[in-house]
Amino acid sequence: MSETANSKRVIPDRLGTRTSRLLSSWEVLLLGVAVAIFVFNSFASPYFLNAWNLSDATFNFTEKAMIAFAMALLVIAGEIDLSVAAIIALASTAMGAAAQAGIGTPGLVAIGLGVGLACGAFNGFLVSVLRLPSIVVTIGTMSLFRGISYIVLGDKAYGNYPDSFAYFGQGYVFWVFSFEFVLFILLAIVFAILLHATNFGRQIYVIGNNEFAARFSGISVERVKFILFLLTGLMAGIASVCLTSRLGSTRPSIAQGWELEIVTMVVLGGVSILGGSGTIAGVVIAAFVMGLVTFGLGLLNVPGIVMSIFVGLLLITTIAIPIVARRIKEMSR
Amino acid sequence: MTNLLKNRELLLIVIIGLMVIGFSTRAQGFAAPGNLANIFNDTSILIILALGQMTVILTKSIDLSVAANLAFTGMAVALTNAPYPDPPLAALIVMAIGIGAFLGAINGFLVWALQIPPIVVTLGTLTIYRGMAFVLSGGGWVNAHQMTAQFLNIPRTQLLGLPVLSWIAIAIVLGAWFVLTRLPFGRAAYASGGNPTAAVYAGIDIGWTRFIAFVLSGALAGLCGYLWVSRYAVAYVDIAVGFELDTVAACVIGGISIAGGIGSVAGAVLGALFLGVIKNALPVIGISPFAQLAISGIVIVLAVVFNARAERKAGRIILRDRAAPEASA
Repeated sequence: MSETANSKRVIPDRLGTRTSRLLSSWEVLLLGVAVAIFVFNSFASPYFLNAWNLSDATFNFTEKAMIAFAMALLVIAGEIDLSVAAIIALASTAMGAAAQAGIGTPGLVAIGLGVGLACGAFNGFLVSVLRLPSIVVTIGTMSLFRGISYIVLGDKAYGNYPDSFAYFGQGYVFWVFSFEFVLFILLAIVFAILLHATNFGRQIYVIGNNEFAARFSGISVERVKFILFLLTGLMAGIASVCLTSRLGSTRPSIAQGWELEIVTMVVLGGVSILGGSGTIAGVVIAAFVMGLVTFGLGLLNVPGIVMSIFVGLLLITTIAIPIVARRIKEMSR
Repeated sequence: MTNLLKNRELLLIVIIGLMVIGFSTRAQGFAAPGNLANIFNDTSILIILALGQMTVILTKSIDLSVAANLAFTGMAVALTNAPYPDPPLAALIVMAIGIGAFLGAINGFLVWALQIPPIVVTLGTLTIYRGMAFVLSGGGWVNAHQMTAQFLNIPRTQLLGLPVLSWIAIAIVLGAWFVLTRLPFGRAAYASGGNPTAAVYAGIDIGWTRFIAFVLSGALAGLCGYLWVSRYAVAYVDIAVGFELDTVAACVIGGISIAGGIGSVAGAVLGALFLGVIKNALPVIGISPFAQLAISGIVIVLAVVFNARAERKAGRIILRDRAAPEASA
């Protein structure tokens, strides 16, 4: 589909000033949306402007956003991983089984992260060594990973996690700032540096823009992709530790449908689904937007499934608006 | 290439045949004609949806909203049938197809006119359509006793030894074969997926072709909405959750290239039957139904590995690396 899109792209005579470019950037537009939702929410519900309520609201998106950072890198490189939610389920199941066997908190965390890495390595192997299209491969591994959880657990659930394990999902670092929120901020900084200030980040953009050219400029495309899948698996493992700790139990249906919300978050954050462009800042703001929307609607007693309508509309309209705007601009010229 | 494709379908027939024989050694009567007809009937809805999905995939797109479309349309016809039992069933079926086609047209329009990648569009409409099904029903169920006897019975009426549901599937298989191999639209669909640039130069409107593919997929999903609700005699918001992945899986197993332009109707049907046989065999041979998800996962991964081997064209390799970047969406 990129073929037809490319032919219509025009190179402007002037790029505009630095400020005008910044003001018309996706991130600033999204930030405006976030502020608007924030203001609307605080008028719509008297319970919205409360530090503890807002702190609770962050749990809506922190776990998803952690994965969204890694997913953003993957999407920028032109790949996708739809198996992330299934990795959460499998990692959580493994931790649950280990907890029943009496393994302590450090061991559980290691198992969670290890399973995440192993799943990521499996995806990476299929995509970068066997050179398979990631969208179908990860649909397959999505069924496989969650399927293993179903085989292990069936209709049962794991509980009885050690008390100290609860810290990751329920603990607070100071005042209203939860462990998850602090981790989310730290990871955002790490990923922003990785993508925007390292060689590796540059290589990701190059691969997403022109894989062919990337090969000719000596980038080991397969290795970069493999690392990205590994990273995505690791983040899914971390998210699994947080989610399992927060819920205190594991069912095979844990985090069902999250892959779509995570991809929505990434795309809403201005990352091109065709690869090659996007920023971590955009994803961070998108995470806040989605968290604020779902939390605000929740305060207004809107059921979860109706919220998903808003998320879907948000996804399509935020992508459609710049396209429509560009059309109108082209027509008036 | 045609030889390879022929091999793929033959291979699938052989594998399905071997599976049936293998399962019948474990469970008496698995290979009996009556049971095979049951399996076919059970897989009918998947076959119909897979054909719609295939048409979309051929044009280098993907429709992840089929199951949500099915849930919405099924809920709409059930809610119409419950308080108004009088209108003929034909009107309801037309309504189901119409609603489905309209929802498909929304997908198609967004892909065609706004050029938003299909995976993003249908990911969005997937949540929207299912959310609308909730809004429509208020989260309630429509149960068998609220539906008219005619509404429930038509698809299961026996006709020449097979239920009407099976005949509908057979009719749609033949229809899809005709549309994709004998009509200009079919050519256009293969061309706009196989080589979009060449298709444009050949005077094919790719956007329009994709639009029609989405409308067809939506219309079939709408029809399946009625069939599903009638077959399981219940309508609720979560019917067919995740079924869109089964339709993609059926296509992938059937040798339809996710990159567009390659695939046959027979492949999609056999891919669906492959999943159907496994699904029906698990309880019979005493494997927990919970294992089904993992098994279809393994099957999908293996099928993709297999497809990639079949599609690899020697002439396209530049240097040692596969240069042509497959569109990931």
